[in-house]
Amino acid sequence: MKLKTKILLGVTAALMPFALNPASSDAAEVKVGVVLTYSGGAAHLGKQIDQGMQLYMDSHPEAFGGHTVKLIKRDSKRPGGDIAKNAVQELITREGVKILAGFMFSPNAMASAPLATQGKVPMIIMNAGTAWIPSLSPYIARVSFTMWHSGYPLGKYAGTELGCKTAAAGYTDYPPGKDSRNAFKTGFETTGGSLIEDIPMGGPREVPDFTPFFQRVKNAKPDCFFVFVPAGNHATAVVKTYEALAMADAGIRLIGPGDITQDTELQGMGKGAIGMITMHHYAADYDTPQNKKFVAAWKKAYGADSTPDFMAVGGWDGMAAIAHAVKTQNGNVSADGTMAALSGWSFASPRGQISIDADTRDIVMDVNVHKVVQRNGRLAIEVIGTVPQVKDPCKELKIGKCGK
Amino acid sequence: MPQFLEAAISIIFDGLAYAMLLFVISVGLSITMGLMGFVNLAHGAFAMAGGYVTVSLMNGLGVPFLPSLGLTFVSIALISIPLERLVYAPLYKATDLDQVLLSIGLVFMAIGAVTFVYGPSPPSVQMPEFLKGQIDLGFKVFPSYRFFVILVGFLMIFLLWFGFERTIIGAKIRAAVDNRSMAQSIGINVDRLFILTFAMGSGLAGIGGGMAIEIVGLSPTFAINYLVLFLIVVVVGGLGSLRGAFLAAIVLGIVDTAGKYIWPEGGAFFIYVVTIAVLLVRPDGFFGKEHVQ
Repeated sequence: MKLKTKILLGVTAALMPFALNPASSDAAEVKVGVVLTYSGGAAHLGKQIDQGMQLYMDSHPEAFGGHTVKLIKRDSKRPGGDIAKNAVQELITREGVKILAGFMFSPNAMASAPLATQGKVPMIIMNAGTAWIPSLSPYIARVSFTMWHSGYPLGKYAGTELGCKTAAAGYTDYPPGKDSRNAFKTGFETTGGSLIEDIPMGGPREVPDFTPFFQRVKNAKPDCFFVFVPAGNHATAVVKTYEALAMADAGIRLIGPGDITQDTELQGMGKGAIGMITMHHYAADYDTPQNKKFVAAWKKAYGADSTPDFMAVGGWDGMAAIAHAVKTQNGNVSADGTMAALSGWSFASPRGQISIDADTRDIVMDVNVHKVVQRNGRLAIEVIGTVPQVKDPCKELKIGKCGK
Repeated sequence: MPQFLEAAISIIFDGLAYAMLLFVISVGLSITMGLMGFVNLAHGAFAMAGGYVTVSLMNGLGVPFLPSLGLTFVSIALISIPLERLVYAPLYKATDLDQVLLSIGLVFMAIGAVTFVYGPSPPSVQMPEFLKGQIDLGFKVFPSYRFFVILVGFLMIFLLWFGFERTIIGAKIRAAVDNRSMAQSIGINVDRLFILTFAMGSGLAGIGGGMAIEIVGLSPTFAINYLVLFLIVVVVGGLGSLRGAFLAAIVLGIVDTAGKYIWPEGGAFFIYVVTIAVLLVRPDGFFGKEHVQ
């Protein structure tokens, strides 16, 4: 290489940042308050969402339209709502954040909703799945899911495709658990099926010994056994107890929302998980270009042993929504402007094409039928069916609080 | 077999398995509380640490499950000795409140440390083939792993009974639990005895933690999530009583399982009803010594 060329290259490289960022003089920094569980027993779930957000920020700086986002993070600790609400108040009044994001547990989102209305700060829900949360404030938009997205289609699928006439439901006794069970029951009963056992299986905090609940179901001999437990280590115990009691041999099929075959837990479940049918919107094994890129970027950033799951995708998509709002308003972020930008927003997510419904401010997405299979010596998710572009069935059918 | 009989057998069997898990973890807490009167809320942390040692041995070093449990016992017992000498011993004469504050602090430190090293995600282990699946006892088929837990529980109670009732050290421990100052005045080194029982109790808790992974899973907060259950076993059984802890674990395990089977909506209701009922009739638990203060 000639000296002249070298100098030329050097000068070009030095000028590069300016060339890429012509609006650098009027680039805005938008403060975003993040409320997630960073400590305690569910810290690993909060971390997934946090890493998903961070990964999108790092890999798509151009999506923010030359502006930047500053994340101010607060730990909401437990699902009680009180700590989250305090954090939100502080983020709005003292830090002056323009957008709130995160919200893993439903009660935390519910407790914070009035502050979003009063303070006029949009809330981007990245996980909390209780169906009627967006009805609590006109400034809430959700990029994650509702319990009905999986529960209702699963109920229908169990009755029609899986040919179950009777079913038992076992669920962790807290709001999302009841929500999921109601969704399943409603869907299942539209096919003429009947729920013969309905078992609350303890609270979400500690994993119970599932044996007595499962033994009861086994003796009742339903065709399908619907289980909802919180994402985390409940799911592994469910699959292991199912296997230990030989319920598959007794002709009882284990089904549930994808929470119970969460990607991060799947490998630890063992052979008992093979053949399980779940309904969900994401698995790390999805064979799409967007997802492959996403998983590759994730493994590069957080290590080959780390796996993103649906929570991480919630963080990723939520950050994409924030980027879209910032870019659309050219860095001058207002509450109404942000909500207008998010209304009808659509995005090619790792989970597939998603959009925000303009009326309900809730997510619209494909929901897939997952089957656990063994592939190359490890457990994997195979997609065996798709229910396209599902709007939250709870609000569509106006059930209970969703009808208001 | 009639339906109700089949249900009764599975309740007793599953309840026993759960009870043995409770017993193995709680017995050490009962003995140390009875012997030293030390309120060690960090006992669950030893069980949790035992779980993680088992995970490391099996997943990291490829040690099979049964030897892993043995090694877990040894390592948790060894770890607990310096802790007892350096952290617990200075507070033996302190008030209950100081002891509670110290040990609950240790729980949070343990949770933080384990989260830092292993991460907050729950790990899991793969059981050997002979513990997977079912075992046919002729009249009914039972899950093998729970059968194994029951066997381990009975083996432990036998070993502990033998150690307590048939050896000199056991006699000394019983003497020290009954009347500490008298035991000291006839030349029993209660401090050394206590190190021994503390290490044994912690080691047993470690085994319990290792065995619990397959049943309720493991996470750093194991240390505190199940603490109430362990304390209930100790209180209902009576402080410092081996057979008390055994009986309490069996009663609570079976009652809890039966309650969940028959009336799942009742949740944890039954276990508390039994606790209250027992303590109303016997404030010192099944076999607790009466406190004259």
